[in-house]
Amino acid sequence: MAILLNRSTRVIVQGFTGKIGSFHAEDMKRYGTKVVGGVTPGKGGQTHLGLPIFNTVKGAVRETRAEASIVFVPPPFAADSIMEAADAGIKLCVCITDGIPSQDMMQVKRYMRRYRFEDRMRLIGPNCAGVITPGQALMGIMPGSIYLPGRVGIVGRSGTLGYEAASQMKALGIGVSTSVGIGGDPINGSSFKDILQLFERDEDTDAVVMIGEIGGPQEAEAAIWARDNMRKPLIAYIAGLSAPKGRRMGHAGAIISAFGESAQEKVEILKEAGVVIVPTPASFGEVVADTLARTKKAA
Amino acid sequence: MDIHEYQAKELLARHGVHVPRGGLAYSPEQATYRAREIGGSKWVLKAQVHSGARGKAGGIKLCANDDEISNAAEAMLGRKLVTQQTGPRGKLISRLYLEEAVDIAQELYLGFVLDRKEERVMIVASAAGGMEIEDISEKKPDSIIRATVDPGVGMQGFQAREIAFGLGLESNLIGKATETILGCYQVFRDYDASMLEINPLVVTRDGSLVALDAKMSFDENALFRRPEISELRDKSQEDPRETFASDRGLSYVGLDGNIGCIINGAGLAMATMDMIKIAGGEPANFLDIGGGASPERVAKSFRAVLGDKNVETILVNIFAGINRCDWVAEGVIKAIREVGVDVPLVVRLSGTKVEEGRKILADSGEAVIVADTLAEAAEKAVAAWRAAAKKKKAA
Repeated sequence: MAILLNRSTRVIVQGFTGKIGSFHAEDMKRYGTKVVGGVTPGKGGQTHLGLPIFNTVKGAVRETRAEASIVFVPPPFAADSIMEAADAGIKLCVCITDGIPSQDMMQVKRYMRRYRFEDRMRLIGPNCAGVITPGQALMGIMPGSIYLPGRVGIVGRSGTLGYEAASQMKALGIGVSTSVGIGGDPINGSSFKDILQLFERDEDTDAVVMIGEIGGPQEAEAAIWARDNMRKPLIAYIAGLSAPKGRRMGHAGAIISAFGESAQEKVEILKEAGVVIVPTPASFGEVVADTLARTKKAA
Repeated sequence: MDIHEYQAKELLARHGVHVPRGGLAYSPEQATYRAREIGGSKWVLKAQVHSGARGKAGGIKLCANDDEISNAAEAMLGRKLVTQQTGPRGKLISRLYLEEAVDIAQELYLGFVLDRKEERVMIVASAAGGMEIEDISEKKPDSIIRATVDPGVGMQGFQAREIAFGLGLESNLIGKATETILGCYQVFRDYDASMLEINPLVVTRDGSLVALDAKMSFDENALFRRPEISELRDKSQEDPRETFASDRGLSYVGLDGNIGCIINGAGLAMATMDMIKIAGGEPANFLDIGGGASPERVAKSFRAVLGDKNVETILVNIFAGINRCDWVAEGVIKAIREVGVDVPLVVRLSGTKVEEGRKILADSGEAVIVADTLAEAAEKAVAAWRAAAKKKKAA
C-alpha cells in the first residue's frame, strides 16, 4: 500500500470550516482521499462540504471511525489540536500549520510519549506539505497532478522543492510510491530516519529520494541509519549550499548553528555513508533514473 | 528575535539572577550622570548592539572618571560597530549601558539552547568562561557540563545543583548558583526564548555570583503571546532590507550577490540560490513569497528585492501548488508597470495554471525572459546578469 496513506484511509480535517481547511478538504476529496468529516469546536452537528462536523476529535472518531487527521488549525491552537488527535486514538496526524512555537512542539512530543509505542500516533509536520500516495490519496496541500504513481519514495523538508523533484521524475516517466513532507521546523513529528524505516519495509517502494537542507542533526542521523540498515538505494539532495552561517533561511529550522549542519558538511556525511548524491537541484530526475537503471542491472 | 544586553539583564534580574548595578545612556552627559547614580570608582561603558565579541571591536571600555566616560561615550555613539559577528556593514550604536566594574575572581559559562536532537531545552555550562562556547568545546571539551529539561515537569533543583557542583564552586556559592540557573531557566521558559547565554557568569572577589554579560534570542513564532518581548525589538539593529520585507510579511534574508531572487517555498528558494551559484552567479537575497501569492504580494516582493541597490538581475521561480501561476504572472506585469523594473528579469513558472501564466507574460509585450526549467532559469539569469554588467561597464 505504499506508506502511511492509501485510498481506504479514513481522514478527518481539523480546522475544517476555515478558508484554508475548506479549500484543501475539497481538493483532497477531488483527488480521491476518503475524507469522512471534520472538527470545528462549536459547530458540531452541522455539515460542511456535504460532510459532518464534530465538536471534538473523539466524537469524530467515534462516529466516522477516522484513523487519520489533517490539521489546518492556526499556530496558537495547533499544538492543542495535535494532542487532541493523539488522545482520540488517531493513528496518523499530518499538521500543515506553519508558525507553531518550539516550546509547544516540545510539549506535543512529550505528551505523545504517554502512549505505548504500538498505540502512539504518528505525527507528520508541522509546517509541511503533507503526504501523497499518487493515484490513491492526498493528505496535504501539494498539487496532485505533478506526481506519477510509481515505485520511488520521496521524503523532504520542503514542499515546493519536493514538487520540483517529483516533476523532474515525472518528465522522465518515473513515478512515486508515497511522498512525505516532514516540514521545516526545528522540532517535528517524524524525522527522516522514521520515514526511511517505513520505506525500507514497504513492498511498493524500490528506492528513496531524501531532500534535506541546512540545520539540525536529522540528515546525518538518517545517513548513519541507512548505512547500517537500508538495502534499497537512497538518493539525497541537501539545499543551502549558498546559505551563510547563523542566518535563518525561511524555515525556522534552516539555520546553521552547529558543526555538521552546513550543506557541504551534510553532503560529506551522506557520501561517507554510501548515499547517492544529487549534485544540483536540477538533476533529481537524471540521478534517480541512473540509480534505478544501475540497481536493475545489478539485480 | 534578538534583544540588547541591558534588556536581557532586566528580565533576568526580575527572576533572581544577580547583575551589576547599571543604567542606560543615550548621550555622554547621561552616561556621566549614570556613573554618579551607580556610585563607586570604576565603571564599564558598553555599546548596546545585537552582537557578541564587542570587546575586541572597541565596544566595551573601562573608565575611572567622568572624562573617560564622556570621551568613550562620544567615540561610540552614532558609530557602526563592526565585530566578528556583525559582517562588514556593522551595527549602529545608539544606546550605551554603564555598569559598575566588578572585581573578577573566576569566569564561568552558562548557556541555554533548544537542543534539536533531544527536542528539549539544554543547559550548557563550563568553568572555562570568558571565551566563545565554540572555543571552549574545541579547547576544553571536558569542562562542558550538559543537562536537558523534561518539558513535562520543568527544570528540577537537583539538576541546577549538579551543575553548580560540577562547576567546582565553593560550597557557600552553591545556593546562589542554583538560584541563578533556575532563574535563567524560568526566564527562558516563560518568555519563549530560543537562546540565553551568560558569558561570563563571574565569581567576584567578595564572593558573589554575577551575570556580567547576557545575550538572549526569542522564538519569533511565539511572539504573539509575548507582547512584552515584541516591544523590545530594535529595528536599528536589523538589515533595513530585511525590516522592509518582514514588515510586509515576506521572509527575506539579504546577501551580498547581484541576482535578486523571488521564489515560493524556503527549500526551493535555497535550491534556486544554489543553482545560481552553480551557474556562476551570486544570489543577492533569499526571499520566500509564501503560499497564496496575490499579484499585490508579488509586487511587494519586487519592491523588497529592488530596494537592494546591488541587484542587477531578478530571477522569479514559482512552483505553484497552493499558488497560481496566472496570479504570479499578473503580479510580475503589475510590478514591471508600477514599481519599474530596470534590470533584466527572468521568470520560471511551473505547476498550477502554468499555461495561463505563461500566456499572460507572453501577451504583455514586456521584456520578460521566460525559462521552463530550474537549470534554464539559473543559466539565463546568470547570462543576463553578465550581459548587463558588461553593458554597465562599457557605459
